[in-house]
Amino acid sequence: MMMNGKHLSGEKPGSSKIRLAEQITGGPSGQPIQIMTHQILGYPDFDTNYEMIRLFQESGARLVELQLPFSEPIADGPVFLHANQASLASGTTTKQCLEFAERVVTDFPGLSFLFMTYYNVVIQYGIEEFVKACAAIGIQGLIVPDAYPEESQEFMEACRKHTVEPILIVTPYTSSERLAYLSAETGGFLYCAARKGVTGTKTSFGKETEAFITRVRSIAKTPIAVGFGIQSGQDVRFLEGKSDIAIIGTQLLTVLEQEGLSGVRRFLKTIIPA
Amino acid sequence: MSEYKTTFQTISAAAEALVKDDGYYGNYGGSFIPEILVPAFAEIKEYFEAIKQDEAFWQEYCSLLADYSGRPTPLTYADRLTEYFGRAKIYIKREDLNHTGAHKLNNALGQVLLAKKMGKTRVIAETGAGQHGVATATAAAKLGLSATIYMGREDMERQYSNVFWMKRLGAEVIAVDYGSRTLKDAINEALRDWVSSFETTHYVLGTASGAHPFPAIVSYFQAVIGIEAKEQILRVEGRLPSWVYACVGGGSNALGVFQAFYPHENVGLVGVEAGGQGKGSGRHAARIAYGEGKAGVAQGFKTLFLQNNDGQMNDTYSLAAGLDYVGVSPILADLSERGRVRFTAATDTEVVEALEIIMKTEGLIPALESTHAFAGAFNDITESSGSDIFIINMSGRGDKDIFNVAEGLHDDEWKAFIRRKARQFENSAR
Repeated sequence: MMMNGKHLSGEKPGSSKIRLAEQITGGPSGQPIQIMTHQILGYPDFDTNYEMIRLFQESGARLVELQLPFSEPIADGPVFLHANQASLASGTTTKQCLEFAERVVTDFPGLSFLFMTYYNVVIQYGIEEFVKACAAIGIQGLIVPDAYPEESQEFMEACRKHTVEPILIVTPYTSSERLAYLSAETGGFLYCAARKGVTGTKTSFGKETEAFITRVRSIAKTPIAVGFGIQSGQDVRFLEGKSDIAIIGTQLLTVLEQEGLSGVRRFLKTIIPA
Repeated sequence: MSEYKTTFQTISAAAEALVKDDGYYGNYGGSFIPEILVPAFAEIKEYFEAIKQDEAFWQEYCSLLADYSGRPTPLTYADRLTEYFGRAKIYIKREDLNHTGAHKLNNALGQVLLAKKMGKTRVIAETGAGQHGVATATAAAKLGLSATIYMGREDMERQYSNVFWMKRLGAEVIAVDYGSRTLKDAINEALRDWVSSFETTHYVLGTASGAHPFPAIVSYFQAVIGIEAKEQILRVEGRLPSWVYACVGGGSNALGVFQAFYPHENVGLVGVEAGGQGKGSGRHAARIAYGEGKAGVAQGFKTLFLQNNDGQMNDTYSLAAGLDYVGVSPILADLSERGRVRFTAATDTEVVEALEIIMKTEGLIPALESTHAFAGAFNDITESSGSDIFIINMSGRGDKDIFNVAEGLHDDEWKAFIRRKARQFENSAR
């Protein structure tokens, strides 16, 4: 397929042909926990997104979640909501996001890239076409919080067909029976939202989080990632030895907005010790 | 106990004709919810299934409708309006006479009662024109729950009198300051609240949209409108109407009045959407009538949305704050596709003209939302004959619209009064 003037061969570095779970558990990272960072594409602009990703690679992050903005991001809190709206207001399109992703997958081979978005963005592109384009670019996983798995079989099948991992989410409120189902359906890893609510609010990491992770561990057949409300190195340390991946989203954007790229560099050092 | 006869069997019979247990209506509906809301939806489904069979629940609900809300509402023969056009006989279903002035209270009372059965202590709601917010605040006050209402900043400016009443009724009103600052944004914000609060809180969705089972729940609680209208028209005319008209924002009043007539295929059902500034203007909310709605998934369900090629929702517009929703009930989207409901749109200009006619011939002041149903009927009436009967669902009263209507009618005396009043407030503040 042609994209951004180039032929997409599906032979990109970090290709999704190497399964995400193997990369997470089998990689020689030497880190006690892997870090997944996050960017809302087109916010504040693609150049800043690119520089942020450069910082992620330099700091030792392993996975990057690239969010394609949506006008109705119901699972996102105020910081991400604003970023979604601002990105769209500046004219960000799905095509631009795919082109950008293709560029960063090529330029930053040490990182594994995933897309996060909402189901309507995928549907309007064409479900199979979207997943196929992701595979061709080298996007390894897709996080689509409103693609309720029981209602989204076409999406799940397209992911399996094109070897792009559908990353499913569980919460402390997910029953053990459902957790087993979601664990069987998810690809790559299981995304554990550490609490109820939307993104961006502080989570109090303690016994309840630990009990939740232990319960997930006892059922899940995949690596697990914990996100929602991680704001400091202390939160990450808490998760070491418990979770395979810590996901940091809103706090990165807040630091970028308040302290710029140099602030992000400093923040990443506190999150990921050299 | 009142003489009110509607029981849970009649409501069930009307609603079950349309409502599907699996939440799918042809290509539309479903439940596309974030994982965190799965337990909340499981709980609602469980309780809703239970109350569907619970005669005591429906007796309590019907008693509230009769003794608190004032149902049944009349079906008024509009003799002067009928004479004005000289064609079909026009009857008006008077939801404006429901307590709080709109059909919204039927659903709010039902859902707040359901919330109470579920052991919730708080309800949240979104509102566009403010009528659903007022109804929810009212039902919460009556049944002893706390209420938080989300409303787009733009809608608050357009419908401030309803904001005033919601607050006086004890509700917290939260302005939504992003997006188009209208109904869809208020829904998003209510959902954000709910994902954090579902253990103590029920989300009283105001229209027959959203994830399953909300379209079914709202349809059940609004079915009473059509049940009454059908009984009333049979009593006075001895036959069913030719056409039933209702405005369509999300679709709750339309489904309310349509359900009882749905099995009677000789009764035409017409949904009138907000034509705003007209087809091609980009400033309207006519998802079906203008053929611009495209199937998609947002706010938890699949329906026809006004959206761009990337799936981003378009801004919508209408003179009537309650009609400018970007999607439409999945039940109505399906009924339209199956040819059972005909969709049309009325522009702002047609609505203001229709309002003047209704006020001067019948002494009624319908809400701008409801006036769309009248305008749609007036656009069709030249095609009718004296043997036809129209029922128009007047979903709410228009007192709340005094500022918008005065502006639309360029009423200089009113504007001068507002200026005097503002000066008076300024002087008293000094």
